[in-house]
This record gives sequence, C-alpha cells and structure tokens, in this order.
Amino acid sequence: MPEWLRVILFIIFVLSFAGLNAAYLVWCERKGAGHIQRRIGPKEVGPFGLLQPLADGAKLMSKQLFLPKGVDPILFMVAPLMVMVPAIMSFCVIPFSETFVAREINLGLLMIFAFASVNVLGLLLGSWGSANKYALIAGARCVSQNVAYEIPMLITTITMVMVTNTMNLNEIVRSQAGWFIHWHIFRLDMSLLMPVSFLIFFVCSLAETNRAPFDMAEAESELIAGAYTEYPGMGFGVFFMGEYANIVIGCALTAILFLGGWQAPIPLNFGGFLGVLWGMSWFFLKLYALIFTVIWIRWTYPRTQFYELLNLSWKVLIPISLFNLILTALQIKIFPWL
Amino acid sequence: MNGTLQQDVNQETFTLNLGPQHPATHGVLRVKLVMDGEYIVEAEPVLGYIHRMHEKMGENRTWAKFLPNCGRMDYLSALSYNHGYVAAVERAAKIEVPERAEYIRVITVELNRISSHLLWFGAFVLDLGGFTPLLYAFDDREFILDLLESVTGSRLTYCYFRFGGVYNDIDDAFIAGTREFIKKQRKRMPMYDALVTKNIILIKRLKEIGPISKDMARRYGATGPVARGSGINYDVRKHEPYSVYPELDFDIPVYEEGDSMARYMVRMDEIEQSMRIIEQALDKLPEGEIKPKKAVKMVKPEKGDYYHAVEAARGSFGVRLVSDGKNQAYRLKLRSPTYSNLSLYGEATKGMLLPDALALMGSLDLVIPEIDR
Amino acid sequence: MSGYFKELISGTKSLFIGLGITGKYFFEPVVTLQYPHEHLEMTPRYRGHIELIPNEETGEPKCIACGMCQKGCPSGCIEVKGEKREGVKGKVVTKYILNFTTCSLCGQCVESCKFGALRFSKEYNLASPRKEDFIFDLIEKLKEKS
Ligand code: SF4
Ligand code: SF4
Repeated sequence: MPEWLRVILFIIFVLSFAGLNAAYLVWCERKGAGHIQRRIGPKEVGPFGLLQPLADGAKLMSKQLFLPKGVDPILFMVAPLMVMVPAIMSFCVIPFSETFVAREINLGLLMIFAFASVNVLGLLLGSWGSANKYALIAGARCVSQNVAYEIPMLITTITMVMVTNTMNLNEIVRSQAGWFIHWHIFRLDMSLLMPVSFLIFFVCSLAETNRAPFDMAEAESELIAGAYTEYPGMGFGVFFMGEYANIVIGCALTAILFLGGWQAPIPLNFGGFLGVLWGMSWFFLKLYALIFTVIWIRWTYPRTQFYELLNLSWKVLIPISLFNLILTALQIKIFPWL
Repeated sequence: MNGTLQQDVNQETFTLNLGPQHPATHGVLRVKLVMDGEYIVEAEPVLGYIHRMHEKMGENRTWAKFLPNCGRMDYLSALSYNHGYVAAVERAAKIEVPERAEYIRVITVELNRISSHLLWFGAFVLDLGGFTPLLYAFDDREFILDLLESVTGSRLTYCYFRFGGVYNDIDDAFIAGTREFIKKQRKRMPMYDALVTKNIILIKRLKEIGPISKDMARRYGATGPVARGSGINYDVRKHEPYSVYPELDFDIPVYEEGDSMARYMVRMDEIEQSMRIIEQALDKLPEGEIKPKKAVKMVKPEKGDYYHAVEAARGSFGVRLVSDGKNQAYRLKLRSPTYSNLSLYGEATKGMLLPDALALMGSLDLVIPEIDR
Repeated sequence: MSGYFKELISGTKSLFIGLGITGKYFFEPVVTLQYPHEHLEMTPRYRGHIELIPNEETGEPKCIACGMCQKGCPSGCIEVKGEKREGVKGKVVTKYILNFTTCSLCGQCVESCKFGALRFSKEYNLASPRKEDFIFDLIEKLKEKS
C-alpha cells in the first residue's frame, strides 16, 4: 500500500471512529447509568434507542453558535479544537492490532503524553475565554488537578518503560505475547507491585480525563457545567467528543501497558487479514471493558472534594508510585535474568 | 477582553451569584458569595423569590379554607404542616380529637418524615456528585407515596387532616402495606450504608466539614436534625409532647460533632426511629371514630393567642394564632424551621471552600418554598 | 503511619464494595414503568379533578345547585347555577364550571356536599399548552361520559 493512501485511510478511520465512538459512548453511558439505576435509559429513538446519539448530534449541530457577551472570540472558538485535535493525533500511534497502526513511532508513548497535556490547555483557554466565573474556577481546578496527576502517571509509565525497555507501543504489546499470564499486570516477577501500578495508572487516567469521581472541571452540582458553561451547540459537542476521545486514549493506553493490548489471552495468532481482525477484536474487547468500568465508576461514587483529590495524588499515589519505581529498579538490578 | 471579569481580576475578591437558578440550591434561592479564589469570604442568602404570603392568606380566609395551604409550604413533609396547623386550631377552638385519628395522624406523619428524609438523602448525595443513590431512594420513596396516596388521595401536597380528625380512615391494605414497607426498608438500609455512608469519598467530604457549634445553632434558633447534629437534644415530640407521642417509645438521635456527617447520620438514624414509631402505633391503633361525634361545623376559637409546635422533618414548625373570635384568624404566624436553619449559613461558611459550603447547604436540608412561605 | 495504611486499605475496600452494589443492580430488572406505553391504575381514593355524580336512574346530575361546594372552596374555582323546574323537587343545576387551574385538590367541596353529588375523577393525563382547556364544564363532561 502506498504510504499516502495509508495515511488518508487512517485519517478517515480515526475521524469516523472518534465521532462514532463519542456518540455511541454517550449511548452506552446513558444505558449503563440507566440499568445501574434500575431504569431503561434511551429507548424511544430507534431500536433500543440506538438512534438517540444521531438525534442528539443533529440537535447539537442545528443550534446557533452563539457568542455570549464578553467572551474572547478566538480563544472561545479554538479551545474545543485544542481538546479534540490532540486526542485524535494520539490515535496515530495506538496499535489496534499488530499491523493496524498508522505510524509505529519509537517514542509513541512519549508522544501520547505530550499530546495529552495539550488537552488541559484547551480546557483552561476555553474557561478563561468564556468570561464566566464558574468556568474560570473550573479551569483553575482542572490545571492543578492535571499537574498533580501527571506525576504519578508518568512515574508509573517510567516503571513500565524500565521493564519493557521500549517506548514503542507495539513493542510493548509484543513483549506480552503468549498466555495471559504474560500480560504485564500479572508479571510480578518484573515488579512486585504490578497490580498496584495498574490501579494507579487507571486512577490517574480517570483524573487526567476529568472523569467522575474526579470531574472537578464539570462538577455540575457546583459549577453548573464548569468549563463548558457558556458553550452552545457544537462548541459543547466538540468538547464532548474530545472528552470521550481522551477516555478512549486513556483506556487504550491502560490496555496496552498492562493488559496485553491486541494479544489474545491464549497463544494463538493468525497472519494476514484474519490476524488484523483477531487482534483488533481482542484490543477492542479490553478497551471497552475498561471504558465500561469508567462508566460504572462514574455512576457509583460521589465526587471527590478538590483538596482530597490533591491529597490523594501527593500523599498516596506519588509516594507509592515512587516506591514502586525504586522497587522495580532494584528488582531489575538484583535479578537481571528475570 | 471586556466585560465584568476584567475588573474583577484586578480585585482581591470577586462576587459569585449562586442562584436563584443553580443546581445546588434545589429551588429559587440566591446566595451572594464574596469569594477569594475558591474560598468564601462572605455568604449572604437572599430570600423572597418564591414568597406567596401564606400567612396573609391565612388571615383572609376561614380556618378551614387555609388547610390546603399547609401542604404547600414544605411540600416534602406536608403532613407535618397539616398537623401543626390543625393542632393549633384544635387547641384554640378546644376541639377533641378521637384517639384513633391521633394514631392515624402519627402514622402518616412519620411515613411522610421517612419519605422526606429519603428524598433528602438522595438529593444530598446528588449535591455531592453521586447520582445513583438518588434513584434508589426514589424507588423506596415511591412505596411510601403509593401508601399515602391510597389513604389521602394525593402524592405530595397532602390535605388530609381536618379539625378534630382526619379526612378518611385507613384500611387493612394500608396497614399491611406499611408493615411490608418497614420490613423492606430495614433490609434496604444496610445497602445505603455500604454504598454511601461507608464510602471513603463521602466520609472525606463530610467528616469535620462545615461544623456548626452548639452555640451557633442556639443563637440562630436552629432546630431539627441541624440542632441535633450539633449536640442539642431537642425534639418537640419528646420535649413538648403532643398528640400520642408520649405513649410511644422512641429515641432521639443526637450527635455531638456538629459537622455535615453528624447531620447526615441524624437523619439516617431518624428513618429507623420513625419506623419504630410506626410499628408501635400500628400495634396500638385503637378502634373507633376518626372524626368527633359532633361534627365540626364552624370553627370559632375564643379570643386569644395560641401556639402549637410540631416536629416536622426539618425541625420545629410552630403555628401562632391570634383569634378575635371570628371565623378567621386575626394574625397567623408560621415559624418554619428551615428559615432559622438557613440563617446560620453566612456565619458557618466563612472561610470555607465552595464545594464544602455546598455540602453544608445540602446538609441543612433546605426546602425553599418553606423558607419564603 | 499504620493509620495511613489502615485508611488506605479500608477506603479502597469501601470503593470496591460500592462497585459491587451498583454492579449487582445493573443486572437486576428495571423498576420503572414505561409511561406512556404503560399505565398505572389509580387507587380508589386518588384525587383527580372533581366530577358530578349522575343519578342512576335518570343519568342527570344529582346536584341540586345548593352552592355549598362553591362556598366551601378555598380557591373559589367552582361556579354553580341552578333553576327551579316544574315537577322537580329542589333546583336543577344548569351550570357547573370548575376552573381547574386554581383547584388545589383539597377535597373540601366533596366533603361539603351533603347530597353526595360530587366525587374525584381518576383522570390524570391532563396536559395542554392552553390555560382555557382546564376550565371544565362538568355537566358537559357528564354528558360526554354517558
Ligand atoms: S378540591 Fe378544593 S380547590 Fe378544588 S374545587 Fe374542590 S374545594 Fe375547590
Ligand atoms: S354542594 Fe353538592 S349539591 Fe350543592 S351545589 Fe355543590 S355539588 Fe351540587
């Protein structure tokens, strides 16, 4: 396949995936919330309410892009894109299966983190540009939250890089081949605290993507809609899509780092097209199981208080991940043959 | 950038209008906050957005015609308000109430109290950002509403008590249903406990947050669970007994801490106590009439000044009547508990963070139409 | 230090217990009623708007237009008019208008009617964007029903 065709195909794939995924995750979220709360959720539009997201999307798109008084027009319009675009860019390096990846970059992991940080900037600009006090509070919260959670997340990532010796996401997945006990989460021989690392990473990715119980930036019972308060129609819609795309990235990364990415739990691999499908289905299975957990968590807990969130990061997650880092380093040094 | 934000940036503090339409106020309450970053420097509740002049209405219509108004002040524990008003008028006009009617009143009022606390529980956790417990609480509350509907005919703004009795009698289906509800609810409470009360996030948000000292609660005249959460053992049902409460055995949950958690726990414990009261009342329920033998036609209390207080779900609800011997009140003063409970908000929230202040507001259990009346 | 770990462990445990509870409910049947596809039977004492009770034999309203309900209504939302007719004892009701927009469903009209001519209907599917739709002519309604 010529390189340019590959790129174009991938852009089409990622854009449609991001859009549809956001739409249908909203549906899943509403259905999931419904059943957790013992009601049905959307059911009127289409069978099982499956057309609901399309109706919602049409509604959002047909709304006037209204600029409230006092906003900074440029920041206000750019901000949603700054949340959306980096998330889409990150899809570039995600290996959906062994061969199904846009670009196998050696520093793929680093790239994702670099782009993930831009997302906060988008939220901050949006909240600052909308000239709304609630939004401003949300923006400030969002930044300090992200600063706090990036640290344990990065430390955990360093641990993972240490044990795998690479930042290439596909390589990381390849190193987990074989039975499911070869997935990193079960590799206690690599680092004793592997399951804890997994938990830390997962919690941090929740916080990074501003998901409940860390949804300080939205906090609908305190700050109306937080950073999105002033956004009309598709401005809000793009933010929303960006948020869901970010959730996907976070969960995908968790799956790749700890749950073996596209590896099947049994040592069975195919070549050619079948192999792509086989890998992709395992990857998506893991991905959506994690996303379901994210939704499940949201509908179970109350929201954390802001300083508790920082406490959790600085007093619990960072010390434990640091300890984990040292332990792993020692383990590698002392038992290099493992 | 233009607009108001620019000016505010150069100041040390800024003003934030919480409400009159805000998800946390559960009604049209406006709180003017002066904020320093996320810290509250000053909080001033602004009332009156839903003032409907219930007191004045009471002075302009006959005694009986004021009855439907009672259910529309505190719409979540409407029966307590019914009870307060009819009891005050009965005291003024010296109307005897048959015992069965009193028991029925107690049973329905306590059911209403449970439903009010359940709704508060859900709404409070919703304020804290947890959506699901609200719907579980509604599921339980629905059961009570069905029961009360089967006797009173309405689901929310009850108008059930009459001078000297109640509108209509309870039947066996209601009694069986109530017993079944209590059995079901007792099984349900541990679930709330595990899902919400013991949840570490909730504990962190409520423990030692929003303390209201005993002294502060006294100064502002706080009553009900707010006072009992601050260690004040005061409950009208025990300390100024009315109706048949003296014949029933129940405890008053009191917590000394004064924080949001204490107020939360008081209400959760009260649900159990109310169930105890209902059970005993059902056991003791005497046969007999539900209205006085001589039908109450025209209520004309003698000249005088009368007061009667009841324990509503949110605290002590008092009715003061001044009668000049006519068929309507000369002066009707309603003392609503949340009005006093809210007035301490400004002092209690000084220096607090915004989310904590909202948690404190939730723990006060505000019903705005009752504050404004 | 031990308190720190104790809290950490018990806290994490409480979080998992919470997940367990909501997870369990996820698989339990829903409890909601799919209105408007399904309907609830109203309880016998349900208070809808009031309606006139017809005389079993003639089908005419039992009401004799005494005006007690009008007098007793706190919201002043009843308007009754009647006239004398030959051969009929008492008056015959010619006009019974209920302004449902202000009715508080208190039940005082039903209570004050000594002739058992009023009752609550079981209607609750009343919705309209126009206020005028809630000014009911109860005699009309009775005719429609029979
Ligand atoms: S129910 Fe009450 S308000 Fe309605 S018409 Fe009858 S007396 Fe009037
Ligand atoms: S009180 Fe009864 S009989 Fe008299 S006017 Fe009203 S409905 Fe008719």
